[in-house]
Amino acid sequence: MRLLEAALHLAVVLLASPLLLGVIQRTKARMAGRRGAPLLQPYYDLAKLLRKDVVLSRTTTWVFVAGPAASVATAVVASLLVPFGERVAPLAFAGDLILFAYLFGLGRFFTIAAALDTGSSFEGMGGAREATFSALAEPALFLALLVLVSLRGSLSLSGLVGDDTHVLWAAAVAPVALACLSLFVVLLAENSRIPFDDPATHLELTMIHEVMVLDHSGPLLGAALWGAAQKLFVQSALLVRILVPLPEGPAPLRWACFLAAVLALGVGIGLVESTMARLRLRQIPMLLITASLLSAFGIVLLVR
Amino acid sequence: MPELLNLLLVIVLLFNFLMLGTSRLRAVIDAAAAQGILLGVAYLAMHGASGFRALALGVAMIGIKGVLIPRILRDALRSQGIRREVEPFVSFTTSLLLGALATGLSVVFARTLPLAAEDANVLLIPASLATQLTGFIVLTTRRKALTQVVGYLTLENGIFIFGLTLIEAMPFLVEAGVLLDVLVGVFVMGIVVDHISREFSSIDSDELTELRE
Repeated sequence: MRLLEAALHLAVVLLASPLLLGVIQRTKARMAGRRGAPLLQPYYDLAKLLRKDVVLSRTTTWVFVAGPAASVATAVVASLLVPFGERVAPLAFAGDLILFAYLFGLGRFFTIAAALDTGSSFEGMGGAREATFSALAEPALFLALLVLVSLRGSLSLSGLVGDDTHVLWAAAVAPVALACLSLFVVLLAENSRIPFDDPATHLELTMIHEVMVLDHSGPLLGAALWGAAQKLFVQSALLVRILVPLPEGPAPLRWACFLAAVLALGVGIGLVESTMARLRLRQIPMLLITASLLSAFGIVLLVR
Repeated sequence: MPELLNLLLVIVLLFNFLMLGTSRLRAVIDAAAAQGILLGVAYLAMHGASGFRALALGVAMIGIKGVLIPRILRDALRSQGIRREVEPFVSFTTSLLLGALATGLSVVFARTLPLAAEDANVLLIPASLATQLTGFIVLTTRRKALTQVVGYLTLENGIFIFGLTLIEAMPFLVEAGVLLDVLVGVFVMGIVVDHISREFSSIDSDELTELRE
């Protein structure tokens, strides 16, 4: 039974993650008054990219290929630490929240290394931005998790958000709400969503993620985009598990509720993206520091 | 009941952060207005049922601090044609960090105070201190006279939170008088702002430090 659920878990993160992107894009299109691409468009894009040839520059080495591979691999492994529809994630041990944070750090390192490997100054700039902003997002993530840790007394993600998250809300509404807000900001920053970066633009001077994968083509680009989609899905899943207490009941019901909640969060992200303008690059650190401060404030409220 | 009050106070504290972090004057004014309304609601929730006096004061609080004063300030903003606080003495990030530090210290300090048991588990005292300190920071670090008025208003909000603990002991007349004082103060400052801008064609209070013939 547990093996079956682990298989389902993997299947969901591998196959459902592009759907979340599709939902976000559809929401943005609707808000802009367009009909929008079909919900399955990210799948078509991936299928198209996987059929194409790879063009490799002569300056690149194996690092260039390792970037997209690492981003997919780390996102999949990190997903195993977050409970989706189940009560306990397939992988759970004390301290796995640190592994969770730094698996994404590892993926990011390889993505940046691959960007630097092309020898293009433009991609190096994107890599520098990614490194700077993620360094600022990290305290916000950990402070938000610390709020949950001090409420639940567990150091494992499954222990923090595995079941009965309404206990969290009953214990302390304000600190948990602050932690969620700060996690949402981290989610937007880590996945290069709109106040931080515009995923729809190409060749603009303020973009971050798109510039780092600019030289990847064919299946490599597909893997990079798929890895990014999985990262978005996994981090959304974590937020959803805090925000939405899943109902008691049979496993299919819980999984259905979980997926519906993740897609609803996708609509939320789409709404934020449609209503906000991208921040100027100089203001991004300020927003991330604010997110850290919100979580820190939550902790102060808790230990008071 | 203390849960609801705490939630209101946390939102008040978040508006403090917004006030410290944003450069848009409109947002700063809106944040102060929202604080006024929230505090009025908190007052009504705590004491609204205790008679006409409390009801009148709560409604007056919302009316004056949440609607009337912000409207005066917004009018002043519109007539001056400025929208942003440019180059404060201390950068927005630093003042935000200062505000966070002040909030943390107020929480720590409030724990050391010998408070009545029913006040100790509510955020009233830390929120009051933090809001007053935020008011001080805004008052001292911003250049525009209009922002300084809002800082003054925030300071008064902080004092009002403190007053929430003393409602039973404080006579109606005192509180109504304070509310009136604030209103008059904002009027006077509005006039001052107008004069500064007419004299120097900007409302930068820095201009006042230079002597001219």
